[in-house]
Amino acid sequence: MIKQQFEMPAGYRKWTYALLGIGALVLVLGFIFLGMSKDEHAQTRFWAVLLQNSLFFLLIVNASMFFVCITTLAMGGWQLAFRRVPEAISSLVPVFSVLALVVFLGIILGHQHHIYHWLDKEHVEHDPVLKGKSAILNPVVFLGWSIITMLVWSLVGRKMRQLSRQTDETSMTLEEAKAYTWTNTIWAAVFIVFFALTVGSTIPWIWLMSIDAHWFSTMYSWYTFASTFVAGMSLVALFVVYLKNQGYLEYVNQEHMHDLGKFMFAFSIFWTYLWYSQFMLIWYANIPEETIYFKPRMQGPYRAVFFLNLIGNFVLPFLLLLRRGSKRNYTTMAFLAVLIIVGHWLDFYQMVMPGALGAHYSVGWFEFGILVLYAGLIMYFVGRALEKSPLLAKHHPFLKESIIHHT
Amino acid sequence: MSVKKFVVGCFDDEKVLFPAVSKVRKAGYKIHDVYTPFPVHGLDHAMGLRETSLHTAGFIYGLTGTTTAVTFMSWVFTKDWPVNIGGKPHFALPAWIPITFELTVLMAAVGMVLTFCYICQLAPFIKKHHFHLRATDDLFVMVIECTDKTNEEDLKNFLAGAGAKEINVQVAETDWWIGRYDKEQQLYKQPSVA
Repeated sequence: MIKQQFEMPAGYRKWTYALLGIGALVLVLGFIFLGMSKDEHAQTRFWAVLLQNSLFFLLIVNASMFFVCITTLAMGGWQLAFRRVPEAISSLVPVFSVLALVVFLGIILGHQHHIYHWLDKEHVEHDPVLKGKSAILNPVVFLGWSIITMLVWSLVGRKMRQLSRQTDETSMTLEEAKAYTWTNTIWAAVFIVFFALTVGSTIPWIWLMSIDAHWFSTMYSWYTFASTFVAGMSLVALFVVYLKNQGYLEYVNQEHMHDLGKFMFAFSIFWTYLWYSQFMLIWYANIPEETIYFKPRMQGPYRAVFFLNLIGNFVLPFLLLLRRGSKRNYTTMAFLAVLIIVGHWLDFYQMVMPGALGAHYSVGWFEFGILVLYAGLIMYFVGRALEKSPLLAKHHPFLKESIIHHT
Repeated sequence: MSVKKFVVGCFDDEKVLFPAVSKVRKAGYKIHDVYTPFPVHGLDHAMGLRETSLHTAGFIYGLTGTTTAVTFMSWVFTKDWPVNIGGKPHFALPAWIPITFELTVLMAAVGMVLTFCYICQLAPFIKKHHFHLRATDDLFVMVIECTDKTNEEDLKNFLAGAGAKEINVQVAETDWWIGRYDKEQQLYKQPSVA
C-alpha cells in the first residue's frame, strides 16, 4: 500500500507559521515605516519590492500549470508520478493573482509614478514616446487585461486540475481513456495559446517592461518567461524532493529527478541565451535610447547584482548540473533548486528596481522579509493543496509509462 | 591480435535476454559482449558495465574549444591586428561569445564522435569479426568468452536452459584488422535456427 495522502508534518507547519509570522511582521513594519513615509523613495521602495515579489511568485506558480499543459499536449507520461505536485503549486495562481492585483491597485491609486512613469498624466502629455504608448499604458487597459489574464489562468488551470481529479475514483475503458486524453489535450491547448498571448508577449510588457517605459526590447517577454519557467521547475523539484524525503511519491525515482534536472539545466541555458541575445544586440548597435537600460545595471549602481545574476543563473547551474550524477542526486537538486529560485528572484529585482529607484535602491530587511513572506505563503498553500487530493492519479491512462520511466 | 574461443547464444526476446544475462553473470561466466539490433535500455546496467567516460571527454573537448576561441580572438584583436570596429574596445568579449560558443560545441561534438569511433573501433576499411549477422536485424546475441576453466558443453546447456534459441562455438579474432573478412567465414550463409 502506498502512501497517497499527504499530511503536513509538524515541522513543516512550524516552519510555515514561522515564515508567515516573520513575513507578516515585515510587511506591517514596512507599511508603517516605508509605505506611509513622507519620503518618496521609501514609498517607492515599499511598492517596488511588493511588485517584484508578487509578480515573480505569481509567474513561477503559473509556470507549474504551463508545465502540466505542455506535458499533456506532448502526450507525455513520465511526469504522472509527481504531476499532483505542479498541480498543487498551480492552485496558488488565484491567491497570488489577488495579491498582485492589490499591489497594482496600491500603485495606481497611490499614483506611484516612480514605478510606472506612464501614471503621471501631465508628464505623458509632454512626452511623445509615452504619449504614443498611452493606448496600452494606461490604468484601464493595464488593470483590465491583467484581470482577464488572471481569470483565464485561474479558470483553465482549475479545469485542468479537475480533469486530473477524475482519474482518482474509477478506472477507464480504452474508449473512455481516449476521450479523456482528448479533453485534456483541448484544455491544455487552450491554456498554452492563452499563455503565449500573456506570458509569452503582453503581460511582461505591461507589468515589467513598462517600468522602463521609454525603453523596449522584443526579447523581453521570452526572457521573463524563461526566468519564471526555470524557477517554476525548480520549485516543483524542491517539493518533489521534500515529499520523497518524507516517504511519499513512491513511484518517483532518480529517473524522474534526472528529467526534472534536465529541465532546470536546459532552461538555465535557455534563459542565458535570451539574456545574451537581448544584451548583445543592444551592446553592438550602441543606440543611446536602447543602452539606457543597461547603463545603470552594468556600469551603474546595480553592477554587483548584474554580474551576480549571470553567475548565479548561468555559470553555477551550468557547471553544477552538467554531470549526470548531480541531476540524479536529491541533495544537489534541492540545493540547485533553491539557488535558481533565489537567482531569478534577484533577476526580477534588477528588472524592477533600476527603473523605479535608480541609485536609491537598497537590499535589506524589507526585501528579504517579503521573500520570506512569499516562501511562507507558498509552503502554506501548497501544503494545503497537497493535502486535499491524493498524490497519485491512480487511474490515469498513461500512469504505467511514468512507473517504468527510464531516461 | 589475439584469437579466442567464444560460446555464442542467440535470443529472440528482450524479456528472456535480461534474466539470461544475470544468470550467466551469477554463474561466473565472462560475458564478452551482447550485440543487439537496437539500443536496449538498462542492458549496460544488467551487464555490470561501468558508466562511460565519454561525457567527461566531451567536457574537456568543449573546454578546449572555449579556450582556443577566446585566446585566439584576444590575440588577433588586441595584439596581432587591432582594428577599431564601431568604436568598440579591442577586447570586445560580448562580440566573441557566439564564436566561442560555436567553437565549444564544434570541438565537443566532433571530439566526442571521433572518440566514440575510436572506442568502438569504427573506421573505414576497419574490419571486426561478426558473431552473428542477425544481431543487426532481429536477434540478441550474447557472446561468452571461454577461459581455461570453461567447460563448453556445460555452458551450451546452461545457455539453452536460459532460453537461447541458437548456440554455437566460434574461434574468432578479438581485435580489428584492415582488409577483407576471412574467406572461410561465410558471412551471408542463411543462419540455421535450432
